[in-house]
Amino acid sequence: MTPADPGGRFRSTLESGAFTVTAEVGPPRGADAEALVRKVTPLRDLVTAVNITDNQGATVRLSSWAGSLAVMAAGVEPIMQLTCRDSNRIALQASLLGAAAMGIPNILVMTGDHPRFGDHPGAKPVFDMDSVQLLMTARTMRDEGRLLSGRELKPPPRWFLGSVENPSAPPLDFRAIRLRKKIGAGAQFIQTQYMFDVALFARFMAQVRDLGLDERCYILAGVGPVCSLRALSHMQNGVPGLRIPDDVARRIRSVPEDRIAEEGVSICAEIIGELRQIPGVAGVHVMAMGNEHRIPAILERAGFQPRPPASIAGAGNDHAH
Amino acid sequence: MLNWMTTARTASSSTASSPRPVRPHATARSMYRLHHLLEPNAAYRQLATWLEARPRLQRLFTRAEKGVKKEIFGCRMCGQCALPVTGYACPMTCPKQLRNGPCGGVGADGSCEVYPEQRCVWVIGIERARGQGHVTDLHLLQRPVDHRLWEQSSWIQYWQGRDEDLWTQT
Repeated sequence: MTPADPGGRFRSTLESGAFTVTAEVGPPRGADAEALVRKVTPLRDLVTAVNITDNQGATVRLSSWAGSLAVMAAGVEPIMQLTCRDSNRIALQASLLGAAAMGIPNILVMTGDHPRFGDHPGAKPVFDMDSVQLLMTARTMRDEGRLLSGRELKPPPRWFLGSVENPSAPPLDFRAIRLRKKIGAGAQFIQTQYMFDVALFARFMAQVRDLGLDERCYILAGVGPVCSLRALSHMQNGVPGLRIPDDVARRIRSVPEDRIAEEGVSICAEIIGELRQIPGVAGVHVMAMGNEHRIPAILERAGFQPRPPASIAGAGNDHAH
Repeated sequence: MLNWMTTARTASSSTASSPRPVRPHATARSMYRLHHLLEPNAAYRQLATWLEARPRLQRLFTRAEKGVKKEIFGCRMCGQCALPVTGYACPMTCPKQLRNGPCGGVGADGSCEVYPEQRCVWVIGIERARGQGHVTDLHLLQRPVDHRLWEQSSWIQYWQGRDEDLWTQT
């Protein structure tokens, strides 16, 4: 793969029109990339690409670029997440260049959780740019070959560029407009926050289609299993902007404790089935928060078959040094 | 409901790196009207040039601007005012200082993710802009802040036409 050709499998799968599945994996707290490789290897033939989070929840982990390189070496295509929380515009552009130079084919930019929610609440929140500004910057770097300063880049970076949206956060009727802003700034794909409320997401998608945004951008709906009562409580109270409707919470509470994980997997698979029916949805993004080992069961129950291993070839990990 | 006065008072105790959302103390309607009075013209440009040649007067003018805008909007003097296109609610009072709309962490009741007792400043700004028919302002792409301009008068910048590239069309 040359820098001029970002052609990862994630992008080509979306462009083929196939319903695309991605998953999210958090790098370990420790200097061991093997732990990350062990988590992603079972997903290799099940998902098209894996998001490598950038200090998710504002807690320190192995960096997303290093994690991305580690999973690429294991034959898994990464989507490198990059937040505006921890770096200023100089460091962000440097990270973007580094990612392109090392052949990381996909970048997902986001504002990021506030440090107050993380393991270093006294950290300086940087937020030198917001996600829209970072998208604009990245697109300028790639398409115009210039930094934010105007200085020329030789050669310009190449990646498939995405961002996030949370259709369940107020103001609900502004979320599609914000999405349009992100697409205008350069987002080619969008992964959403967890969507437990399918009716709410369907209303969001109706607005998205009215604005013609599904024609300009691939939208992957975020899903994930609730695997314990503790996880339910954390997701209801500890994750900003995440909403779990009462009927889902009730269903999880109604089963014996030892069967909650199984029920969570079933609910997640059912939601995937419903999301798939909504016009304009290009795929799903599975976030399992420490329950990555349950992703194969979720996808199997949702009716996805593992890809034949042969298709892994050319997954974007043949970068030359 | 939030008490406006309490909101403004706590704003002064917010930290430089994590500001608190501030609900403005003036109606959006009055601010859009006032804006017409402050629009750049030859006289304002002349005033701005005259002030810039007199550092002590310029400091006084800047201090006055700060006093008024801090009282009304919780202004932190970023020096590149976005208020005219954010429903006259200041995005620099967002703890993440987002200039392109609310983050994904807004609570179900419209509360700020970082200070749940406050309303998200973008939720406030969007309501205010919509109420006055200024909804398309919110579609503009806001460029990154120039951190060299902190503590400078944004009115002088505005009258001198130096902030014309603060935002751009989608």
